[in-house]
Amino acid sequence: MSMVGLYVPGTSALYRMTAGTKLLVLLVVVTVLLVLRDPWVSLSAAVAAPSLYAVFGLGGHLWRAFRPVLLFLVLIAAFHCLFTGWETAVRVCSQLAAAVLLAGLVTRTTPVTEMLDLFERLARPLRFAGVRPDRVALVLALTIRCVPMVAGAWTASREAYLARGLSGGAHRMVVPVIVNLLRSAEALGEAMSARGMD
Amino acid sequence: MIQLEHVTHAYNGRVVLDGISLELGEHRIGLIGANGSGKSTLARTLNGLVVPDSGRVLVDGLDTRKHGREVRRRVGFVFSDADTQIIMPTVAEDVQIGLRGSGIGRAEIAGRVDEVLARHGLAGHRDHPAHLLSGGQKQMLALASVMVTEPRVLVCDEPTTLLDLRNVRVVTEALRGLEQQVILLTHHLDTLAGFDRVLVMDEGAVVFDGEPGAAVEHYTALMERRP
Repeated sequence: MSMVGLYVPGTSALYRMTAGTKLLVLLVVVTVLLVLRDPWVSLSAAVAAPSLYAVFGLGGHLWRAFRPVLLFLVLIAAFHCLFTGWETAVRVCSQLAAAVLLAGLVTRTTPVTEMLDLFERLARPLRFAGVRPDRVALVLALTIRCVPMVAGAWTASREAYLARGLSGGAHRMVVPVIVNLLRSAEALGEAMSARGMD
Repeated sequence: MIQLEHVTHAYNGRVVLDGISLELGEHRIGLIGANGSGKSTLARTLNGLVVPDSGRVLVDGLDTRKHGREVRRRVGFVFSDADTQIIMPTVAEDVQIGLRGSGIGRAEIAGRVDEVLARHGLAGHRDHPAHLLSGGQKQMLALASVMVTEPRVLVCDEPTTLLDLRNVRVVTEALRGLEQQVILLTHHLDTLAGFDRVLVMDEGAVVFDGEPGAAVEHYTALMERRP
C-alpha cells in the first residue's frame, strides 16, 4: 500500500455508491455528531464505524486507517481530561475517531479519478468566475501525487547524507530536498506537457 | 513526416543544437551520441517541449512554435525516468488521465485503458499503486500512458537507461512491436539492430546519418578518439 494508493479494489455495496453520495452521507453524519455534542452518541458512532469496515470487507484495513490518528487522540484526550473534563474528552475523541474512520471508508472504496470527476462537476459553477474545472481536478491530482514525491526526495537526500558518513542535523536536508523537489517538479511538468496536459 | 529547418538552440550561451536540418520519415530511427551532445534537446524539439531559438520544426506541416498542443497530440514522448511521469496513484488511473477532457466517452475511455494495459502486460496491475511497480513495469506504464492517446510518432529519450537487462529487452520488444514511427535515443547500441536509420550527434550537430551498423562504428570510433 503506497501513501497515496488508498483505494482498495472491491465489489461490496459501498463500491457501487457514487462518490457524491458517499461524501454527502459522510458530511451529514459528521455534521450531526458535531451539532448534537452528545458524548454517548459520538461514542456509539466511534464504536459502530469499525464494524462497517468488516461489513464492507475492509476489516484488514481498519488498523491502517486508525493508526495515524491514534497519537492525536491520546494527546487530545489527555488535554481535555486535565482542563475540561472526561465527558468532553470522550465526545471530541469519539467525533474525531468516527470522522476519520468513516472518511477512510470513503477513500478506500472510491477511485481517485471518480473523486476528481466529482470535484470537477462541483467546480463547474465557478466557470463564470474564470475557473477551469478540469484545472481544479488536475491540481487536486497533483497535490495527491506530490505526497510520495516529497517522501522520495527526503529519503534520497537522507540516504545520500548517511552514505557520506554524516549523521544528525535533519535541517541540513532541507536545501537538497528542495532542490530535488524543484527538479522533480520540472520533470513532472515536462511529462504532463508531453502528455498533452498543458 | 517531421522536418527540421536550420534548428539552432542554446542554453545560457552554450549552443546545443547548431543549425540542424533533417527530414525524419522512416519507421524506425535511432539517435545516439555522448552525454551533452544535444540529442535530448533535439528530441524535445520534435514535440514542442523545446522551441528552438532559431529555425523551425514541422510535424506534418505544423510548426511546433505555433501549434504546440496539436503537435504534442501527434508526437508522444517517453522519458528515461518513468517515476517522474507517473501522475496518478493507480496504474489504470495514470493511463486514464491523459484522456481526460479529450471529449471521449467514459465507456470508450475504459475500453481503451483496458486494451492498452493488456497490450503492455499490465492488465493484472490495473488497480495497483503505480509507485510500487518495478522499474520495468513503470517504464511499460509510461509507454502505455503515452500510447493510450494514440500518437502518430513516439519519441523515446533513453527509455532503457535505468533498467536491468531483462527489462531492457521487454521495453525494446514493446517498442519494436509498435505500428507508430519510433524515434529512439539510446546508449544501448544493440537495441538499434534492424532500425531503418541511425543518426549520430556530437557537439550539437548530426555527424553521421546512415544504417545502424555503420552509425555504431562511427560513434564508437568517435568516442575512442576522445581524451
